[in-house]
Amino acid sequence: MRLSGLQKEVLALYRQCLRECRKKPQSTRAHFEKFVRDEFSRNLAIDKRDFAAVEFLLRKGHRQLDVYSSPGIKDIR
Amino acid sequence: MAALRSSSRILSSSRAAFRPSAVFSRSMASVSETEQPRIKSFQIYRWNPDTPTEKPRLQTYSIDLNKTGPMILDALIKIKNEQDPSLTFRRSCREGICGSCAMNINGQNTLACLCRIPTESASDVKIYPLPHTYVVKDLVPDLTHFYKQYKSIQPYLQRDTPAEDGKEYRQSKADRKKLDGLYECILCACCSTSCPSYWWNSEEYLGPAILLQSYRWLVDSRDERTAERKAKLENSMSLYRCHTILNCTRACPKGLNPGKAIAEIKKQMSIGA
Repeated sequence: MRLSGLQKEVLALYRQCLRECRKKPQSTRAHFEKFVRDEFSRNLAIDKRDFAAVEFLLRKGHRQLDVYSSPGIKDIR
Repeated sequence: MAALRSSSRILSSSRAAFRPSAVFSRSMASVSETEQPRIKSFQIYRWNPDTPTEKPRLQTYSIDLNKTGPMILDALIKIKNEQDPSLTFRRSCREGICGSCAMNINGQNTLACLCRIPTESASDVKIYPLPHTYVVKDLVPDLTHFYKQYKSIQPYLQRDTPAEDGKEYRQSKADRKKLDGLYECILCACCSTSCPSYWWNSEEYLGPAILLQSYRWLVDSRDERTAERKAKLENSMSLYRCHTILNCTRACPKGLNPGKAIAEIKKQMSIGA
């Protein structure tokens, strides 16, 4: 399946998020992974042509990634 | 709050009893006006980030101008207090010194606290967030990039030589005068977001507000990094995307002239550097 640029961006963000999870301590890594998956799956129903919504969520995702990837954050609930 | 309001009403009515018709006799027309409600409609941009699939929309609110303060911000606060607490906007000082309530009112970027509710026409007032900004919610724009650009010009005094008397960096009156019309800027982003050039190149072009600040530090006689500051602007994007459209000067709610400041930078760059 050929993906649109926007879809690629979403996938890239997802992979980046999961990659950041690996830098978290072993004991809480599962929490971060669950959080990432929940955040993405919550918006699975959004139409792929709804550019405004997808772009907004992408921006929001990048912002959240910036915050949560800080090494000071050790756990998430 | 209600208690406060009612007590102030008692006060004012007792004062009116002491000075009979002092206020009312001045113009009979306004008395008859105050008796009947003056309804004004406000169409306000609404968008909620929690439901991103819903499109932004304009919501109409009607309020009685007799029971509202004279400014747009008063109306917004009244709507938020009495009609729709979910309406979101930034506000702080309500006197045009904080720059929080910058928004697009009837197609003009301005501060809601300095903009009178237009009473001469019966048409609706349209209120949008600042144009070409990402919206956080309703009338709240995301100014992260704007502040990042402000940080990039190093808006602080930079010098290596200590002060002669070891206390203060002194400045002649003439040198201080050069900062008038520059230091008053409150970074409300009205000018930058009204600039078409900034709309299309906001990633690289600094925009009028930031360039005004840049000039403020370039002309400061106490600053010793003028050459470095100029060198930073020496590229096709940062400064020279200004095409003297001068929307910035028209928009500035503080009456400053960013267009002139940019022209002065250009002049300095061409003769000085």
